[in-house]
Amino acid sequence: MSATATMIERPPPRARGWPRRRVVGYGLVCLWIAFGLGIVSYLFFAWNAAFFAKYAPAYLQGLGVTLALVSISMVLGAILSVPVAYGRMSRNRILSGLAYCYVYFFRGTPLLVQTFLVYYGLGSFRPQLQMIGLWDFFKDAFNCGVFAFALNTAAYQAEILRGAIESVPKGQWEGAASLGLHKLQTLRKIILPQALVVALRPYGNELILMVKASAIVAIITVYDLMGNAKLAFANSFDIQSYIWVALVYLVMVELLRHAIEWIERRITIHLKR
Amino acid sequence: MPAQSIWTLLSWGPDGWSDDIVYGALITVALALATLPIGLTIGFFIALAKQSEEPSLRLAANIYTTVFRGLPELVTLFLFFFGVPILLQHLIRYFRPEATIDVNSFVAGMIVLALIFSSYASEVFLSAFRAIPKGQYEGGYAIGLSYGQTMRLVIVPQLLRIAFPGLENCWLSLLKDTSLVSVVGLAETLRNAGVAARVTKHSFLFYGVAALVFLALAVVSSFATSAILRSLGKREAQR
Repeated sequence: MSATATMIERPPPRARGWPRRRVVGYGLVCLWIAFGLGIVSYLFFAWNAAFFAKYAPAYLQGLGVTLALVSISMVLGAILSVPVAYGRMSRNRILSGLAYCYVYFFRGTPLLVQTFLVYYGLGSFRPQLQMIGLWDFFKDAFNCGVFAFALNTAAYQAEILRGAIESVPKGQWEGAASLGLHKLQTLRKIILPQALVVALRPYGNELILMVKASAIVAIITVYDLMGNAKLAFANSFDIQSYIWVALVYLVMVELLRHAIEWIERRITIHLKR
Repeated sequence: MPAQSIWTLLSWGPDGWSDDIVYGALITVALALATLPIGLTIGFFIALAKQSEEPSLRLAANIYTTVFRGLPELVTLFLFFFGVPILLQHLIRYFRPEATIDVNSFVAGMIVLALIFSSYASEVFLSAFRAIPKGQYEGGYAIGLSYGQTMRLVIVPQLLRIAFPGLENCWLSLLKDTSLVSVVGLAETLRNAGVAARVTKHSFLFYGVAALVFLALAVVSSFATSAILRSLGKREAQR
């Protein structure tokens, strides 16, 4: 027994002492700690009860606006992404060309430009919009934000959906067809359950990107979280208005990220070996 | 004022706005190109730290990417653009009480975009690092190369090729993120188009032109990247 025991290769001993990378690593971590302490102590010393009492409710309301904007446009985008993804996968040249142009335009231009195009640009067509009764909708900055965001995220979600559906092997379609299921049944009962597992991670990333991107509606005068921070800064010239909002966004994004990871772990349990 | 035709508005010169928008597009490209090397360098070192055996290095790098990927780009930009002058003002007051500080919006945009770009690029580099087998390092050491030489001669050339498609995506989102810097007053494409829109009241036209400029930049860069990829492939084939 002792002979075999000596054959076992031991893992290399851990690096001891202070190699250069450890010095650098500790230095950087100390820098982050100093930075964090700096922020915390700044917020502590700059604590202003009047500021807080005045703006905290506004921030909370802004958070509600941000969440409403993101959730409405995510859902509308998901609905709109279905025909776009269908067009992208279609064999019809015209249909797939149109869907490709749609996706290319919305992914190739900045969301800020798209939002301006809707909010300021559609103002050029005010008489026409008034004629068909849509002006009341596009008059409101929040609606314009939702409109632009929904169109934008539809392009991204269409690509996610297409990628997920195409990731399911073709044999699954053929197997279902040989069992006599028609296309819609196959899609609903066989393809989508497998595709959505693949799509969960990109959908989660898209949700996080939308939460982050939603800050830009503050520029078109929507009082979301960022909009209220801008207002607070403009009134008080106090940089803590942006620090607070940064903390709220950071916490929100981290919560979402961990929630998505947890869901992914749960629904891929059957794939683990 | 007589109604100007669209073609007059889009002409080159004092009556038209094309020259302003093209000038803005040049600023956009300059900002993106100036950010790229800084972002790539920081991103590479962040990825190096993330795959290091030293836990403290990994921790520091993870905090970096968590912060800069978690914050909205606009919030980072505003924090930097408004926060740094205040900070510097406090510091410089000890030396020269009368001095005032203004942050150039180009420089502020460059730094903020580099922070964001590097945190995304580091993820790309990290997955490229993981795609390179350990044997490549061991082979490098076995023929007597030092760590630095192994990195420079063996790992990085492969790394760049693997990371290229991911970096292309990062570049495209960098190009789009430059539009945010218009908010703090940099006269780039979107801001110049906005000025034109406000003066002429043709908002849809000029924001549409701005969108087309960004679209054209995306098309040009996809041509450029496919050309680079092809030449990389050729060099690969020659070996």
